[in-house]
Amino acid sequence: MLPLDLYDSIESAWCPGCGNFPMLKAFKEALAELEIRPEEIVVVSGIGQSSKFPHYLKCHTFNGIHGRTLPVATGFRLVNRDLKVMAVAGDGDCYGEGGNHLLAAFRRNPDITLVTHNNQVYGLTKGQASPTSDQGFKSPLHPQGVPYPPLHTLALAVAQDCSWVARGFAGEGEHLKNLYKQALTHKGFSFLEVLQPCVSFNKINTYKWYQQRVYRVEETPDYDPENELWAYQKAKEWGERIPLGVIYRKVRPTLEEAYPRLAVKSLAQPESTPPISRLLADFY
Amino acid sequence: MAIDLNILIGGAAGQGVHAISLPLAKALVRHGCQVLVRQDYQSRIRGGHLFNVIRVADSPLLSSREGVDLLVALNQETVTLHQGELAKGGILIYDATHVKEVPSGVRALALSHDALLPGTQAGEIAVNAGASGAILGLLQVPVAGLVKLLADTFADKGAEVVEWNRQAASRGHELGGAEPLAVNLAGIAAPPEPGLLISGHEALALGALTAGLKFICGYPMTPWTSLFNAVSQRAAEWQVVVEQAEDEIAAINMAIGASYAGARALTGTSGGGFCLMTEALGLAAMTETPLVIVVSMRPGPSTGLPTRTDQGDLQFVLHAGQGDFPRAVLAPGTPAQGYGLMAKAFNLADRYQLPVFLLTDQYFGDSQLTHTAKEFPEVAVERALSLETTTPYERYALTPDGISPRRLPGLGPGLVVADSDEHTPDGHLTEDLTVRVQMQEKRLRKLKGLVQELGGLTTAGAEGAPLTLACWGSSLGPVHEAVTRLNREGTPARMVHLSELWPFPREVVAGALAPARKLVLVEGNATGQLNRLLRQETGLQADHLVLRYDGLPFTPEYILGELKGSV
Repeated sequence: MLPLDLYDSIESAWCPGCGNFPMLKAFKEALAELEIRPEEIVVVSGIGQSSKFPHYLKCHTFNGIHGRTLPVATGFRLVNRDLKVMAVAGDGDCYGEGGNHLLAAFRRNPDITLVTHNNQVYGLTKGQASPTSDQGFKSPLHPQGVPYPPLHTLALAVAQDCSWVARGFAGEGEHLKNLYKQALTHKGFSFLEVLQPCVSFNKINTYKWYQQRVYRVEETPDYDPENELWAYQKAKEWGERIPLGVIYRKVRPTLEEAYPRLAVKSLAQPESTPPISRLLADFY
Repeated sequence: MAIDLNILIGGAAGQGVHAISLPLAKALVRHGCQVLVRQDYQSRIRGGHLFNVIRVADSPLLSSREGVDLLVALNQETVTLHQGELAKGGILIYDATHVKEVPSGVRALALSHDALLPGTQAGEIAVNAGASGAILGLLQVPVAGLVKLLADTFADKGAEVVEWNRQAASRGHELGGAEPLAVNLAGIAAPPEPGLLISGHEALALGALTAGLKFICGYPMTPWTSLFNAVSQRAAEWQVVVEQAEDEIAAINMAIGASYAGARALTGTSGGGFCLMTEALGLAAMTETPLVIVVSMRPGPSTGLPTRTDQGDLQFVLHAGQGDFPRAVLAPGTPAQGYGLMAKAFNLADRYQLPVFLLTDQYFGDSQLTHTAKEFPEVAVERALSLETTTPYERYALTPDGISPRRLPGLGPGLVVADSDEHTPDGHLTEDLTVRVQMQEKRLRKLKGLVQELGGLTTAGAEGAPLTLACWGSSLGPVHEAVTRLNREGTPARMVHLSELWPFPREVVAGALAPARKLVLVEGNATGQLNRLLRQETGLQADHLVLRYDGLPFTPEYILGELKGSV
């Protein structure tokens, strides 16, 4: 167990009461318990309130652009096998702007942990609907309500055999911490979606709204996360009851196993490069 | 030039145009000839019309030219489209199965499967190998070299296929050799150094590999794909990570992630693919992540002419992305120059921590030129990394030259914090507007050092001639030859070719153009994009523009034709 203040960074600009705070706390606890030091993890983020996460945590950080968290993290992972790699994104960032990259990541199975902060609304741009907003959700751009249903993100993950799929809730810190720990130690692409209430712009999906619906799926009698059909049913469950916990697990080879392993030191100080005479031999 | 022959091989896609040209061109190089192969193809998988032109000479070639001396027609359409280009005394070699109408008054040599390989199921092999053999026979080049090349090429198809190739090539050689051309290659002396035949994109691939490339990522798009292929085919041997991205946006972002991790990373694309990459171009600049980007131009706007050539993206690449940020733009003129510039691109990207472009096009990328190994020297790998491990570390430390010491995540305890937001020296996002000004100035300060490293002029022709033809990128060869012909015909002329375009080496270019009394800019676009850049940076501008934007590369004949009446 490492001291929690090891991860202290700059002061946050999140709204008071934001669901990001308990997430950051739970994540720091997970790192401390796993004894992952700040210099042993890189956190890649995009744009949105959730993407400020790595700034408020001491770690290697790459805060890129909206929607492109996963490609940057994947490029990093293919080159560096030593550090833990985590991608952090919001629902707009990962499911809207970056949807194609999410589908590709499910297929590739890089050893990356993706954590999405899902508050079902765009916070930073002040209250528009997100890909996970429920049908009928009213926003400045949808005064009559969103006319179509939300993206079933976890069901997409299961359908594509994402190797580890779970849902957490910012209001259940201890449970969330354990999910973080499992995600960080899973070998392959771990997809953890966290219900994270936006106290400023989502007056529907509040802490209370979630608290009334969530339940721990691992405590149900038929819990069977290696069973794809069971997992699919749980992944689509939304509304009156919302399952929390690990929903699907599948052992798959990781992306980087198909590629040469590059040592960081050899990248910094290349000992040798291909001799041009060898390369030219093909052209005579 | 005593010997200068153009061999055009045309047919439908899938008929074997490449199967004829590539071994034939190599055989001619091995024989000691100078060879240049240009490819012209349509955006389709089967059918249509495509052709390669093999230009063969006894002195160095930098350009393709117009006219046809030997026309190999695998279908009737090739005859229809190209018979008008056939020079006096030229020969038509045709596949008698597919070509039924042969123009009168043209010497013609018919080939057919049943005459070349009777009683076999050799298919297209017969005429393809037969045509190559016939050409060598006509030019009085021994067939043994071709037979060996075909055997190597088809080794994995089995002994029978190799034997069919041998028989067809030999039979074709006899047919062609029965009545050889007056101009022939029998007397070509073996060069002091063996020639090698290499395309622009293959040379860039070699440049990247010798520069220590460790990560390449892209999405297929013509004409960039040939470079992506050339690297990928060699990647396993040299421990390079190759990833085909889900789109160009992912490609450039992955390359940025790989570069942040410490790999020398390359991405590339063409046309609309680069439109998709522009947002992340700014990300590389803002996070000061080294990145080499190949933009292989084709005629736009939008989908345009996917498989043709163009130089219309210079101003786009110079200006792509929101805000002011430093970048470098290089545009090679020959494969060997491209090889050297690729190594330079990586060193500049690392030293100045910014995106560096290599601008190519279909003509540059696909055309194969004869070079020698001497033109491909070993290159220096200068990673310019800080290997210190002290903490705390400031990724964006303010420095006089704008270059902050760069470290890699995982190499020592210092935390590497990179941000696309405006950021403090330690990499965290900020809205302190004083810091914003400091950081914007720091990034732009890098240009001062960078421009000192650029020059990249190639000149040819009469020193101090009043007529100067300026050009950039792939136009080097055609302009070079046009200038050579002008001088030979009594008009003193000079070429100034720019291969390093941004930051614009003002003093070097202005100095080189000072003697020009009549300045002509030769560009493969519709508006004179280098001319605009030249005027912006030096106040100089062209007296006359020679532009081409029909999708075809410049030829010396085209340039000379456009100059007629104005010089």
